Amino acid sequence: MVKITYIDNEGTARTVEGEVGATVMETAIKHGVPGIEAECGGACACSTCHVYIEEEWREKVGEPSPMEEDMLDFAFEVKPSSRLSCQIKVRQDLDGLTVRTPERQA
Amino acid sequence: MSEPIKTDVVIIGAGPIGLFAVFELGLLDMKAHLIDILDKIGGQCAELYPEKPIYDIPGVPFTSAQGLVDSLLEQIKPFGAQYHLNEMVESVERIGDPLFRVRTDQGTEFESKIVVIAAGGGSFQPKRPPIPGIEPYEGKSVFYAVRKMESFRGKRVLIVGGGDSALDWTLNLAPLASHLTLLHRRSEFRAAPDSVNKMMALVGDGKIDFVLGQVAALKGNDGQISEAIVKTNDGSTFDIACDVMLPFFGLTMKLGPVAKWGFELKNNELIPVNTENFETSVPGIFAVGDINWYPGKLKLILSGFHEVALMAQKAYRYCYPDKRLVFQYTTSSTSLQKKLGVSPPPPPQPVKV
Ligand SMILES: Cc1cc2nc3c(=O)[nH]c(=O)nc-3n(C[C@H](O)[C@H](O)[C@H](O)COP(=O)(O)OP(=O)(O)OC[C@H]3O[C@@H](n4cnc5c(N)ncnc54)[C@H](O)[C@@H]3O)c2cc1C
Ligand code: FES
Repeated sequence: MVKITYIDNEGTARTVEGEVGATVMETAIKHGVPGIEAECGGACACSTCHVYIEEEWREKVGEPSPMEEDMLDFAFEVKPSSRLSCQIKVRQDLDGLTVRTPERQA
Repeated sequence: MSEPIKTDVVIIGAGPIGLFAVFELGLLDMKAHLIDILDKIGGQCAELYPEKPIYDIPGVPFTSAQGLVDSLLEQIKPFGAQYHLNEMVESVERIGDPLFRVRTDQGTEFESKIVVIAAGGGSFQPKRPPIPGIEPYEGKSVFYAVRKMESFRGKRVLIVGGGDSALDWTLNLAPLASHLTLLHRRSEFRAAPDSVNKMMALVGDGKIDFVLGQVAALKGNDGQISEAIVKTNDGSTFDIACDVMLPFFGLTMKLGPVAKWGFELKNNELIPVNTENFETSVPGIFAVGDINWYPGKLKLILSGFHEVALMAQKAYRYCYPDKRLVFQYTTSSTSLQKKLGVSPPPPPQPVKV
């Protein structure tokens, strides 16, 4: 199991256990973490699973693919640390990963 | 006002389920008109994920969403359905027993014996960017679509986005606007490379500006925008003076007019139906696909396909009250094959030895 922390717009942190192979979006939905909508169910087609990766995790998590960058155009307040959480797979070396959810998803 | 279009069936929504409804209705001799607010056929499949794979269409191990739409169009071709795109159905009124008058926002009127609502997640509408205080500007100096190009002549136009709509309108409005700025969050575009090249050429000639950033707030008075406050990727801000702003952030599904047609909706967004024939509480109006609700409902394409087959049986009773309906297979029924315009290969001849 891998611990993932989601910090919402108001600063409330929620830490849940993610399964290796699931996505960071699925992990949030499964545990009822608010702030991620995931309208398209993880198909990289809606951009309502937008998160900001905490600075110290950015390198490990990696950069979005060109397709994900295209979808990020539809998100709001996109920052260099923006990712779509349905495109990040939970891996053992992401244990402790912290992401922030934006003020709103679309 | 011109005469209403008279038809057996009006199908609201040209998504995959509306399309397959044409097939099942067609086999039973009912003619359909389809109406969709989108400029293309295929609903969510065509608008949201055309290139993505689908693996759970029975008998089709793999197809793309657009591939599925294309196959459906080929499959329903024999039935000559008519499409009315770029039109939103605004009202459905019961005028007979059953007979309906259906009206669109473009003024088209239909008179049909039955209505099939295949409206999916609702009508596609432009996404509104969450810029604080944008509402008073909407429709006055902030527009999500261009209806009349002339109204932008001589204006300072700010276009926001990096897709085809943003680029197309940049190219189209550049000659009309007194000054045009294209604002996008990065220097890569989703739009067709050809449009991007043309846009870049205009920038090179000094005809338009291309600026990197995202709109953070608006300034103006009484709905008239004067400046957009833009945030750059490094966090600094600056203003862009403009008379109109056109943000293009793609489309999202909103229930839209369906909410006003008098159904008691489940969770405020779904039309309850019975599972015998997918008829709504109004005799003669059916709801199929993602828009309907019944115990156990799954928003899957295959479920919608099943729903339209049963719907067509009941629809037949309204359209042909005096005729008896005989259950037939497309494999063996020559009358169905005639409707489909196919002739099966002759049975194999016995081989002489
Ligand atoms: C990313 C993604 C992946 C998916 N993957 C799968 C999958 O693998 N398998 C699967 O089975 N399903 C999948 N789905 C779900 C599937 O796409 C839907 O179940 C299907 O599109 C529903 O079809 P529909 O015809 O009912 O509605 P839609 O496809 O939503 O079409 C409805 C149409 O009605 C129009 N409309 C609505 N109101 C009006 C009005 N008032 N006037 C005019 N037009 C109107 C809309 O503009 C729209 O075009 C996926 C969905 C998404 C978003
Ligand atoms: S869930 Fe839709 S893009 Fe991630």
